[in-house]
Amino acid sequence: MADNPLSPHLQVYQPQLTSVLSITHRATGVFLSFGTVLLLFWLLAAAAGPATYETAQRILSWPVSILAMMGWSFALFYHLCNGVRHLFWDAGMGFELSAAYRSGYTVVGVSFVLTSITWLYVFLFGGSS
Amino acid sequence: MSSSGPLSKIMSFVTAGEAVQHWSHQRLTAIALIPLVLWLVISLLSQFAAPYESVVSWISSPVVTVLFIVLFVVMFYHAKLGLQVVIEDYIHTDKTKVAVLLFTKFATIAGAIAGVGAVLTISLGAP
Repeated sequence: MADNPLSPHLQVYQPQLTSVLSITHRATGVFLSFGTVLLLFWLLAAAAGPATYETAQRILSWPVSILAMMGWSFALFYHLCNGVRHLFWDAGMGFELSAAYRSGYTVVGVSFVLTSITWLYVFLFGGSS
Repeated sequence: MSSSGPLSKIMSFVTAGEAVQHWSHQRLTAIALIPLVLWLVISLLSQFAAPYESVVSWISSPVVTVLFIVLFVVMFYHAKLGLQVVIEDYIHTDKTKVAVLLFTKFATIAGAIAGVGAVLTISLGAP
């Protein structure tokens, strides 16, 4: 096992958009894995009954929880959009350097827009539902 | 090709079949997660700050229960496959690597069971 080929050490490379987006895909993936705990927490609280659910809702409305959920939603949209970008590559499309940069900027832009729309919706209509 | 070459060393750890299966399963779960995740986000937005009764009745509807179960199975499997690659790439100490890989496997299975269990509890317990 020790003789397996290793991934290149990231710090020997000059960061560029394509490599930064690539490592961000992995980072958001790991972050999202931990974020699933939040979703489980909410559902398990609902399964436990009304009192536990109330407590969970209170915890989830803390500013730090909102901040965590904002980060989680951005990570989700980024991983989703960049994942679609990867699937296009798997299908053999968009390999040219210019196309890779264009799709890269698009992924970052769309992720920010979707995160903004999501939280604008929450802050405008969240309390009334 | 010599049997002690680098390729055979990789093969001794992961067979070619496993590697291909990992690759295709990661893509298949990714494709399945596109609609599932969009459904989850839109659903959570509609349930944000909702009272207990409305959340319970929403989860209890058969379509939502099934979608949640499918989501948990596919999502945690996708997470397991992805985390496995990251761990294999960045943890270079054999013992730590095996331990973390095992932990990840159990944690993702536990996550899926907890999610499915919670949704079924709500769904079956609802009047």
